Amino acid sequence: MHVHFLDPYRSRNSPIHRLNPRIKLVLTVVFILTNTLIPTGAWPVYILLFALIFSVELISELGISFVLKRSSLAIPFVLAALPLILTVPGKTLFILPVGSWTIHASYPGLERFISIAIKSWLSIQAAIVLAASTSFPELLVAMRALRVPRLLVSIFGLMWRYLFVLVDEATRLMRARLARSGQSEIPGAKTGGSILWRARVVGGMAGNLFLRAFERSDRIYMAMVSRGYDGEARTLPLPGIRPAHWVLLIAGLSLLGLLLGFAYLFWG
Amino acid sequence: MLPAPIAMHIPDGFLSIQVSIFLWMITFVVIGYALKRVGADLGERQVPIMGVLAAAIFAGQMLNFAVAGGTSGHLIGAALATIILGPWAATLVLTCVITIQALIFQDGGLLVLGANIFNMAIVGVTVAYMVFRTVHRLAGGRSWSIFVGGFLAAWMSVEVAALGTALELAISATSPANIAIPTMGGIHALIGIGEGLITVGALAFLRASRRDLFKSSETTPIRGGLVWFVGLILVMLLAVASPLASRHPDGLMWVATQYGFVNSEQNPIFKLIPHYLFPGVQNKPMATILAAMLGTVIVFGVALGVAYSRRRKPSSGDNE
Repeated sequence: MHVHFLDPYRSRNSPIHRLNPRIKLVLTVVFILTNTLIPTGAWPVYILLFALIFSVELISELGISFVLKRSSLAIPFVLAALPLILTVPGKTLFILPVGSWTIHASYPGLERFISIAIKSWLSIQAAIVLAASTSFPELLVAMRALRVPRLLVSIFGLMWRYLFVLVDEATRLMRARLARSGQSEIPGAKTGGSILWRARVVGGMAGNLFLRAFERSDRIYMAMVSRGYDGEARTLPLPGIRPAHWVLLIAGLSLLGLLLGFAYLFWG
Repeated sequence: MLPAPIAMHIPDGFLSIQVSIFLWMITFVVIGYALKRVGADLGERQVPIMGVLAAAIFAGQMLNFAVAGGTSGHLIGAALATIILGPWAATLVLTCVITIQALIFQDGGLLVLGANIFNMAIVGVTVAYMVFRTVHRLAGGRSWSIFVGGFLAAWMSVEVAALGTALELAISATSPANIAIPTMGGIHALIGIGEGLITVGALAFLRASRRDLFKSSETTPIRGGLVWFVGLILVMLLAVASPLASRHPDGLMWVATQYGFVNSEQNPIFKLIPHYLFPGVQNKPMATILAAMLGTVIVFGVALGVAYSRRRKPSSGDNE
């Protein structure tokens, strides 16, 4: 079995896919930055930002349901902000008596909680569009253009190349464990030994995976050296940026700047 | 199939911009130094070894075992990487893992990536290294110290990284300190046990099959005086700040306000027209409705445009 489905990249022929990866990466990060900077409770600006990212999703032809399904990844973390409703002081929303205690929920707390949830939801959508519309080699080129250390970019590249091989290997290890240990159909029936025993088995698998990776990296290094590798990462010159893409970059940045200025002017 | 999102990967929107940028700066410096150190140690082998081991840690996070009631323990790998590879290489490997998780799988945000790398790859690795070396030294290099040290290093690295995450959330005023710190600490004290057990199992396997991997880490003298210093400060800061913060959540908020962490709402930078929302629109609900209408028009327009261009494409294909 191969785990190519891990890669979120979806090949389409949309303008978003064709956009220069450097500009896409910059715009995504600036969009998330804008999101983070927008003050609490600036609902109209959130709506406009949502309209913006939703339009981009429509143009990208990725499918709205695909993006929305993936964006649910951030939901569990929203729990971390939930207690804000109870701790931020302000106008009372409701009071719940619990024994001798009273729980005091406030409007500003609720406002802050909803703002954080919306911000993180908008941000993750931008990140999904970036990952789904840009292939990994393109992202590497973008990182190189944005002056991420060359060595780090080469490590990323090699990691991506062998990620699928090693995930396959981990999957094989798990299948082998499943084959070794009987599993009862009766729910709640004990499978395998104690928790300690199970943890040790997984530890053995992890050590095994680590060792195989270590030895594989040796072989890869030998193969690289025999093909003339000398520690220097040589890359093709960066492709140029089309004038239309420059215009789009400037337009995007000024739009986000305008929205941010607007938000601070009226809700800051 | 994806590695289960661990509660430690902070998504975007949860940290204030000041905290994000501050931690990015620290992360930037540490990664730069780690690249240099590992490059000096491994030379041209650096790229293949770091790349493949980062992939291995990523894949290793899929391995899990059932604990009870549908929950499962799984490997995070900071301590294992630190013990086998040393602190600098481990930092680099985990940085790669966390970056790819954020960039490709949206496990953690992009703007807060610096903070996530700081928590797991810098704090986690530093703590694991310090604990492991201390136990190893106290035991006088006896073989059982690898397992005891390994377990403690794994548990501590998970716990301290979680406390760091909670503290950052509290400073950003996105989660009250008196709730975030005990909750994160409590959950990860349990997750840490699973991590510790798996790490010990992995160390036992590696020791039985490749003793030479340990030899190198045992004989090298401690060169990382800087690691010790930074680690000690980190641990002390967390040890002092966490209980303080959880007892006086308002105290932390006060500190945050004093240093301008939480200024976006308390002190508006400029408030030119406080009573107007949109120019000419006098109340908030009106502005929201207007924005919603504008947004709908934009999206509708784009949808029409996309539909039109899609309808035209196949017909042009037919003509050819």
